[in-house]
Amino acid sequence: MLNQLSAFELIEGIGDKKFSSVEVAEAFVEQVEKRDADVNAFLRFDPSYVLDQAKAFDQKHSSNTAFGSLSGIPVAVKDVICVKGQVTSCASKMLEHFVSPYDATLIEKIKRADGILLGTTNMDEFAMGSSNENSAFSRTKNPWDTDRVPGGSSGGAAACVAAGMAPLSLGSDTGGSVRQPAAFCGVTGLKPTYGRISRYGLVAFASSLDQIGILAGDARDVALLLNESTGHDPKDSTSSPTDPADYMATLHGDVSGLKIGIPKEYLGEGLDPEIAESVRQARQTLEEMGVEFTEISLPMTSYGVATYYLVASCEASGNLARYDGAHYGFRTEKNVDAAENRLLEMYRQTRSEGFGAEVKRRIMLGTYALSSGYYDAYYLKALKTRRLIQDELNAAFKQVDLILGPTTPTPAFKLGEKKKDPLSMYLGDIYTVVANLAGIPAISFPSGFTQSGLPIGLQLQGPSFSEELILRTTCSFQKNTDWHTKKPAMVTGAAK
Amino acid sequence: MSDPAFELIVGLEVHVQLQTQSKLFCGCSTKFGSEPNTQTCPLCTGMPGTLPVLNREALMLSIKTGIALNCEIARFSKWDRKNYFYPDLPKGYQISQFDLPICGPGYLEISDPKGEFKTKKIRLIRAHLEEDAGKSVHDEVSGSADTKIDLNRTGTPLLEIVSEPDIRSPQEAKAYLTELKLLLGYLNVSDCNMQEGSLRVDANVNLHIESNGEKIATPIVEVKNLNSFRAVERALQYESERQFSNWKSDGFTIDDRPKQTVGWNDSEQKTIPQREKEESADYRYFPDPDLVPVVIDGTTIDTIKDTMAELPSAIRNRLESEYQILPYDSDVMVNQGREFVEYFEAVAKESSEGKVASNWMQQNVLQIMKDREMGIEAFPIASHRLANLIKKLTAGELDNSRAKDVFQVLLEKDLDPAVVMKELGIEAVDDSALESICEELLAMNPQVVEDFQAGKKQAIGSLIGQAKKKNPNANPGKVRELLIAIIEKKL
Repeated sequence: MLNQLSAFELIEGIGDKKFSSVEVAEAFVEQVEKRDADVNAFLRFDPSYVLDQAKAFDQKHSSNTAFGSLSGIPVAVKDVICVKGQVTSCASKMLEHFVSPYDATLIEKIKRADGILLGTTNMDEFAMGSSNENSAFSRTKNPWDTDRVPGGSSGGAAACVAAGMAPLSLGSDTGGSVRQPAAFCGVTGLKPTYGRISRYGLVAFASSLDQIGILAGDARDVALLLNESTGHDPKDSTSSPTDPADYMATLHGDVSGLKIGIPKEYLGEGLDPEIAESVRQARQTLEEMGVEFTEISLPMTSYGVATYYLVASCEASGNLARYDGAHYGFRTEKNVDAAENRLLEMYRQTRSEGFGAEVKRRIMLGTYALSSGYYDAYYLKALKTRRLIQDELNAAFKQVDLILGPTTPTPAFKLGEKKKDPLSMYLGDIYTVVANLAGIPAISFPSGFTQSGLPIGLQLQGPSFSEELILRTTCSFQKNTDWHTKKPAMVTGAAK
Repeated sequence: MSDPAFELIVGLEVHVQLQTQSKLFCGCSTKFGSEPNTQTCPLCTGMPGTLPVLNREALMLSIKTGIALNCEIARFSKWDRKNYFYPDLPKGYQISQFDLPICGPGYLEISDPKGEFKTKKIRLIRAHLEEDAGKSVHDEVSGSADTKIDLNRTGTPLLEIVSEPDIRSPQEAKAYLTELKLLLGYLNVSDCNMQEGSLRVDANVNLHIESNGEKIATPIVEVKNLNSFRAVERALQYESERQFSNWKSDGFTIDDRPKQTVGWNDSEQKTIPQREKEESADYRYFPDPDLVPVVIDGTTIDTIKDTMAELPSAIRNRLESEYQILPYDSDVMVNQGREFVEYFEAVAKESSEGKVASNWMQQNVLQIMKDREMGIEAFPIASHRLANLIKKLTAGELDNSRAKDVFQVLLEKDLDPAVVMKELGIEAVDDSALESICEELLAMNPQVVEDFQAGKKQAIGSLIGQAKKKNPNANPGKVRELLIAIIEKKL
């Protein structure tokens, strides 16, 4: 089954003409047609669009024209990254029919590298959420247990990889939105350093935290796509001028002598014991490979969630102001002629009807925190705390090369379980938000399963622009473990 | 009891559109007057996922202006979002600068050549860079009260220059604006066309009244919709009178009333209160995370300083000392703009006659420019031709009125003045020929001689006219000198 091969293997096979891009595309299309009714990973999936691209690639390949390194393999796109001529809705009613007039820089790069755009994956509305339950259109299910959430906000992006519906998948990570669903779905997900991948064309949630991330079956596949994704973009002032590395070339290096810290705060109250055990086991595996471990302390960790929700909501309140019904997107159909101020009423109705509850909650939170009289107490204080968190991490990275810990405090929870309790949902982000606040890279990789068969993910964080080291360490771990090779029954076809 | 004395207190906020090729944060053209919504892109229409990228040119023009306005140039500056909803603002926020503007405190010196007020420095609080909004076009013709939005202007770079309340009269306000406009023109920073909205003025006005030995401040009023310098002058005059009479009737001071916004109605020549906003605006400024802070180093500032055009005030001083002309004359010429000054200097240098050149520029050249509604760049006489004419004039080869005849021909024909003089038959009259004409005239007019000797010096005027009739090239000054010399010799 071609859909069970890694992206790396698919590229090799296409290169050796063992199979064609069309055959690969057909395998994934077939799996989507067979299984996505249960998973709902995709919001929009057009088989002919996929096959047409694959055909075009095969033609290029057979005529011996030079082609890009993605060699006609499919990449799923989270519904928050703009593709020219396609609907980019951010899983919101507000942009349900919005067709992007341009390609995101990353999409241009993928097209140039001869990647094939597979379809648009479901997400929490405007990337706000940790369960995909905030999508305005459908509920994505966890391929390991369809009563459970895939995580979020890149839930569809993680679920489609786990379900064998895509070899590579683009997500976005503002506070853990790539890593948490990667952990819940048993796949590998990288949030690169802030500025590593251009944000141009990534619909903004919180600009200073947002970063496009990559989800795939293993670290090698992540490295493969990352190689095509980086580089300074003149259209994004915050994209890094730092020269990107060749992540494939450094993937197989040695990790012995590497120092990894485990913060004691990451193993405290609230952490599922099975996940804590998985951290210990992973430590043992890595120690056997020559990695040295130290216990470190990051006392600022406990301020992460509060700081994150202030910074992110404040920026979101500004970023989402443009969805007002005046220029594009949804506009209320309610007649506002009777209102004293028709314009104000149009705005009010449009935004009330167009946004879901979680998005409205965060816009209001951010608006409040930026208001005169509250700015210093909330936003400014959050900026100061953010700086302290950054300082603390920078100090830690003088002691250790990488930081290891759980990605999430619990495995995937049940659909509806936390819907009524947003605060407990927010607290689930405790381990992931720090990397966004500090702008550092972090990866989640599979490290085992719970007794009940749910995937467990661990997180490695490193200093800015240490993607090489993070990927090499993950790859080494994956050479010595087989957790990342496990696939849910809906992929292997085994009876549950 | 007579009215107490009061003083007008005015601070001006001037928005200037910078003359950049493209907008502040995208590559769209800033050209005025194109078809609506043809100069837009995903960024300036506020499409999801787009990101702003700073136009360095706008930053450089702002620094240049700041240097010319004696401002402290910030070494570290940043961008902030000013949040509000309006259909001409597609992002729902304007990118502006809140607490760290590019240009800090500075001043602009104003003076009045007519001496109505003393030369003074108007202090500036700051000048910051921001993006312009679009235009709401209210379609009243169709009667449907529809509003249409044109986003061509959205994102055009604007420099907002804010003065301290140092202005004390409508004349000073006009002088400040005139000098500012002139300076921006000399710097090539802005075309300052008020009709096209590339220069917009808001005024903050109140009065300080001396009453029973106390100084009372009246409530501050912000006047908007000032569409010309003349409107600024009139609105300030109007507000001055209105605020004084209001104070006399209600006695309200600055502590009793919040700042009020009024609009100047040019056709009714009065200010009209604008509808107060339902709630006081809270723009929720915060740093724009899509842009990196601006770091300006000393080298950048020095480079701009070194390549900066000479400023109007410096040019005035230089013209006065280099060409021995009066402050009034240098002011008139500098106010015509840089090209006019350059033309004058070319003529003055070539002819070595600064003063005469200055007079010709202000009288003859300016008159033609006015009559023909043309700028100096379209003026038909090349500067070296005018210089040659002036040389011949001062050398006595022709008199003033003949010089004007030549000037008229030069306006139509690209010829050397010497050629034109020949065409018109102008040539220097030999002294002996002139003397014999004078002798002859005096002999024929004994009465004139008698009157002159009796003290009526102007009597010889009639002989000068007759001399010119006898020979059109006779120089009137010379004729006068000769006539007097001959009469005196005879005594």
